[in-house]
Amino acid sequence: MAIREKLSGNEAVATALRQVNPDVVAAYPITPSTEVVHYFSQYVADGQVDTEFIAVESEHSAMSACIGAQAAGARSSTVTSACGLALMWELLYVASGHRLPITLNVINRALSGPININNDHSDSMGARDSGWIQLYSENNQEAYDNYLMSLRIAEHKDVLLPVMTCQDGFITSHAIENIELLEDDAVQKFVGKYNPERHLIDGKPMSVGPYDTVQFYFEHQYQRAQAMIGAKKIILDVFKEYGDLTGRKYGLFEEYKMEDAERAIVVLNSSAGTAKFVCDKLRAKGEKVGVLKLRVFRPFPAAEIAKALSHVKAVAVMDKADSFSAVGGPVFADVRSACYDLKERPLMINYIYGLGGRDVPVENFETVYEALSEVIKTGSTDNFYRHVGVRGL
Amino acid sequence: MIYVKDANLNQSWNEVSAGGNIYEPGTSLQVNTGDWRIFIPKFIEENCKQCMLCFPVCGDSAIPVENEKRLDFDFKHCKGCGVCFKVCPFKAITWEEEVK
Repeated sequence: MAIREKLSGNEAVATALRQVNPDVVAAYPITPSTEVVHYFSQYVADGQVDTEFIAVESEHSAMSACIGAQAAGARSSTVTSACGLALMWELLYVASGHRLPITLNVINRALSGPININNDHSDSMGARDSGWIQLYSENNQEAYDNYLMSLRIAEHKDVLLPVMTCQDGFITSHAIENIELLEDDAVQKFVGKYNPERHLIDGKPMSVGPYDTVQFYFEHQYQRAQAMIGAKKIILDVFKEYGDLTGRKYGLFEEYKMEDAERAIVVLNSSAGTAKFVCDKLRAKGEKVGVLKLRVFRPFPAAEIAKALSHVKAVAVMDKADSFSAVGGPVFADVRSACYDLKERPLMINYIYGLGGRDVPVENFETVYEALSEVIKTGSTDNFYRHVGVRGL
Repeated sequence: MIYVKDANLNQSWNEVSAGGNIYEPGTSLQVNTGDWRIFIPKFIEENCKQCMLCFPVCGDSAIPVENEKRLDFDFKHCKGCGVCFKVCPFKAITWEEEVK
C-alpha cells in the first residue's frame, strides 16, 4: 500500500535516501539543498539508516569520497546545489569516465556571480556534457520518483553511468505538496542490492583511475558515448517497471495537449506546471496550444522530440539558464538541432526566463504563446534569442 | 575480464576495459618507460666501492642489487634523472646525453 504524505521536495528526497539506505553518503551543505543533508544526518544519528555518512569539507571532497566509495563497491549518493555542483566539476567527469554509478540530487540554484541563492538551471545545465545522465522533476513527487529510478538506471550493467536528478530550488525543494510514497520494503525491493562485477576491496587486485595513454583514451571515451546512447532503452525499461509498481507512468518527456497543437512550449522542471496552466486557459478559448515537458535531458531524446514537434507550426524553447553563446540557451540548442533533419521543421524561438529566482508568472507564458502567434503570422524567427521577465525589454 | 597483459593496438573500443580499470597487479613491469630518457647514467664498475648510496635514491628501481652488490643498470624504467650520478662520491657513475 502506498503512503500518502505531504512533503517538501527536500523532504521527499531525504525520505527516498532513507528508504534506499545507501552504503555511503558524502555531502556538504549548500542552500537550498542543505535540508536534505540536515534531515539525512538526523536519520544517521537516530540509527534509521546504517549509511556511512561522511561530513566532508567541500563538494569537491564530497564527490571524491563518493567516487572512492563507489569504486570500493559501495552504493554512494550525494546532494548539492549551484556553486557546490560547480566545485564538483572535475570529479563529475572522473565519476562518469570511470563508469561509477553514483547518484546525485541537484537542487537547482543560480551560479554566482553576482551571488544569488535562488532558482535557475545554470548549475546542472553547465554539467550537461559531463557524461552524467540527467533527469528533471516538475514537482516533489517526480523528484522522489526520479531519484528511486535513478539508482536502477545508473547501476544497470549496460549503463554504468552516474545520474543527477534535478528539482527547482525553493520552488520545489521548500514547497510542501501532497506526495505518494512507496513503503520502505517496496523501495528496497525495487532498488535491490548494488552488486558490481568487481570492486577495489573484493580481495582481488584492481586499480581504478590509472593513466590512459594516447593508444587507449579515445576508445574509453567512445565506450562512454555508447553507454549514453544505450542508456535510453534502460531508462524506458526502468520507467516501465516503476510505472507498473506505482501507477505513475513516465516517459522521456511528457506531451501535454500536443496531439493537434499548432503552438508548443518546451520546458523542464517546475515551470512546466505554470506552462500547463496557461495551456489549459488558452485551450478553453479554443486555441491549439501544447506543452512538451522534458524529463530526460541526458541522453537527449532527439529523434523522439523531433517526432513530437514535427506537426507543430511554431515552438518556443524555455531556458532557465543562459549559455552566453549569444545564440540561445542549452535546451534550445539541442531541441533546434534535433529538428534539423525534419522535412518540415517548426519555426523555433528561444526564451531565457526566470534567472536567479525571478518569478515566472502565468503572464510570462501568455507572452510566449502570443509571441508564437506572431511568429506564425510573420513566418520570421529573425530575432530568435529572446528573454522574458527582464525589465526594459 | 580484460587484462593489461593482453592489451594491444588491434583491440577495438569494446575490447578494452570499462573506464580503463586494471584487474591485475604490477602492470608497470610490462611498460617500457626507459625510452623517455634524454640523459643516461653509465656504471663504471672499477671505480665502484659498493657503498650503496646510489640504489636507494633511484625512483625507478633501475639499480639491481644482488648478494649485497649493485649490478649494472636495468634501463627498462630508468628515466635518466641523474640522481644516482649526483650521489656517487667515487665517479663510478657518469651521466651524459644519450645517443640513440
